[in-house]
Amino acid sequence: MKKNIMDAKGIERALTRIAHEVIEKNKGIEDVVILGIPTRGVHIARRLKDILKTIEGVDAPVGSIDATLYRDDIGMKQEQPALKETDIPVSIDNKKVIIVDDVLFTGRTIRAAMNAIMDFGRPANIQLAVLIDRGHRELPIRPDYVGKNVPTSMQEEVRVRLRETDGVDDVTVAET
Amino acid sequence: MRLKRKDILSIEELSKDEIELILSTAESFKEVSERDIKKVPTLRGRTIINLFYEASTRTRTSFEIAAKRMSADAINISTSSSSVVKGETLKDTAKNLEAMNPDCIVLRHPSSGAPEILAKYVKCSVINAGDGSHEHPSQALLDMLTVKERFGKIEGLNITIVGDIAHSRVARSNIYGFTKLGAKVTVVGPPTMMPSGIENIGCSVSNRIEDAISNADVIMMLRIQLERHEVPLFPTIREYSRLFGLDSKKLETAKKDVVILHPGPINRGVEISPEIADGPYSLILDQVKNGVAVRMALFYLLLGGSRE
Repeated sequence: MKKNIMDAKGIERALTRIAHEVIEKNKGIEDVVILGIPTRGVHIARRLKDILKTIEGVDAPVGSIDATLYRDDIGMKQEQPALKETDIPVSIDNKKVIIVDDVLFTGRTIRAAMNAIMDFGRPANIQLAVLIDRGHRELPIRPDYVGKNVPTSMQEEVRVRLRETDGVDDVTVAET
Repeated sequence: MRLKRKDILSIEELSKDEIELILSTAESFKEVSERDIKKVPTLRGRTIINLFYEASTRTRTSFEIAAKRMSADAINISTSSSSVVKGETLKDTAKNLEAMNPDCIVLRHPSSGAPEILAKYVKCSVINAGDGSHEHPSQALLDMLTVKERFGKIEGLNITIVGDIAHSRVARSNIYGFTKLGAKVTVVGPPTMMPSGIENIGCSVSNRIEDAISNADVIMMLRIQLERHEVPLFPTIREYSRLFGLDSKKLETAKKDVVILHPGPINRGVEISPEIADGPYSLILDQVKNGVAVRMALFYLLLGGSRE
């Protein structure tokens, strides 16, 4: 059983709404730095930046933050998690950092990403934007911007596919 | 892809895929050393013992810095200040260290094969940091990373290794490593320093440095390991330097984008002239920089997964 949650149009509308919310909440995007979590979070971060540019005419710095080295399950899983790229193009001191990821689940990745960001500087604040919030949080973490809330069971898997990596834009939920 | 090993004892035992995994992991770790806060919490609570039975600056410091940047606790033991001088055997030292529950022992030893013996005695991971004239895997890995960074690939390159091949663990590890990744390796040195049968591990042999320079993409110069020579293997340092030392004259026939590597410590004016060591072709200090990243990758891959 596979359910379609979002198509290309739906993803674009959700990101456009998030962009407007970012501008409203931060009163512009002058001090905003957008950091995606690899792999798909980085692509969503770049899209968000492009939409912000068409609305505000300003290029917000965009980069990637790999939280792997800060995970709480290093040495517990059989496989060593593969490292991905961290690229923070500007100083984040006193900046409003927006973490972007595709799916928010337990919140553990976001905790790790926040610790990683803190090692690079002292941002004014950290905000969280996700395309899908599927619930089941294990840490006190709450997103500031959500593309779509998708209540799921633990047995289900949320799959986000993006043009950049998968050739197609859609979100599906399937029983595992 | 996962590294399923307990120990890193040689390049010979590693597959091409394993070498590539280590190199790509190391590339990611380079960024950590460029931060203001050069530390990640990944291996906190892990204990790494650097057990060095031979002199070393670069390798020991590099392993220690790598461990500390991963938040592991690093303890250094050099044999001049340890119970080894009171006659303790390697096995007893190993068993005693193991009783203190380390997660990894990094061993440098003058005898070929010592890390393999140690790995059999202890449950923790063992990394060979150079054993006699056998292998020095982390050095070859950092050499491969340095070359890969410069050329974007290793396959198809010509690698020339010049010097005391017979006594060089660096040469042996690099021959295995570069040939596994598809490069062509030529070793050059006087016949007295050329081990018989070396061509059987996949390299070609030359006794004239001039013949192996013009088509080389990478020239790796080695130090003469005087401390391992039981009898004199060449008449004078000056003659060796004239025949096998690299200077700007010999480099005239080389490719325009050739790069020079040296594992250190260098003997200026013997195997390499100062203007080459400090010149634009030299990647000697990039090698040192990459050494930290490679060792962080080895610790991560050995200690970052569970044992079950």
